[in-house]
Amino acid sequence: MIPATLDGHLLVSGALFALGLLGVLLRRNTLVVFMCLELMLVASTVALVAFSRYNGILDGNVFVFFILTVAAAEVAVGLAIIVALFRRRQTVQVDELNSLRN
Amino acid sequence: MGELTFNLLAWFTLLSAAGVVINRNAVNAALCLLLCLTGVAGLFVVLEAYLLAFVLLLVYAGAVVALFLFIVMLLDTSGAPRSLPRRLPLIARVLAGGLVASGVLSFSARVKLPVSEAVAAAPGVGAALKPYAYQLFTTYLLPVQILGFLLLAAMLGVIVLSKKFEGLEDIK
Repeated sequence: MIPATLDGHLLVSGALFALGLLGVLLRRNTLVVFMCLELMLVASTVALVAFSRYNGILDGNVFVFFILTVAAAEVAVGLAIIVALFRRRQTVQVDELNSLRN
Repeated sequence: MGELTFNLLAWFTLLSAAGVVINRNAVNAALCLLLCLTGVAGLFVVLEAYLLAFVLLLVYAGAVVALFLFIVMLLDTSGAPRSLPRRLPLIARVLAGGLVASGVLSFSARVKLPVSEAVAAAPGVGAALKPYAYQLFTTYLLPVQILGFLLLAAMLGVIVLSKKFEGLEDIK
């Protein structure tokens, strides 16, 4: 059982962030890597809202608004880049997108 | 009661997040992401940030996951050879697993952040809507304007990226 306190919420947030990082490091499909990035962003918002709730101030909650907006813009641009990349290279696998390496 | 709800939501969120990482199929991963975001919205409700839970469902679960599903369906990659997850050397696996486990264990065992009981027992500040509007239009007015500009720039960027320009092919 995780205690329903500030520490418990931070634990959930950290675990969520670790899962997202794991996905970014291990997965090869660019789209799934991108989903895991979103997971990491959402994990940070959980920590912000928990801190805000247990300190009695609103600033963390307002900051989550900004994170959500930036994440929405990021998803739009990132997916457009992936689509453009797929048009040119016919693949979304990370290992095959290595033209900058050589 | 509150503890049970929190635990159900937390484990639900973590398990569906693991589903995003583990699932081979990108469509299933996107649907797991949807479940995970629903769980996070539930956590926000537990933390009495009702507006944020609503916005999260609207923006993330509504728009972002729909966009992901749309793109996954559009870029039909089922014909591509199925690639295995990245192979790590044994020592890297042991090191990474040990670091994560020791981090989580030491965090859960030792960290006790000071929380005032009065604030924890009082109703949450995020429950009412008026303070949000007040903050956004006074303290954070400049960031709100900058975000509006950022959204405009992102929209233009998406249009430029996804449009095919005639006559530019030779430059590429």
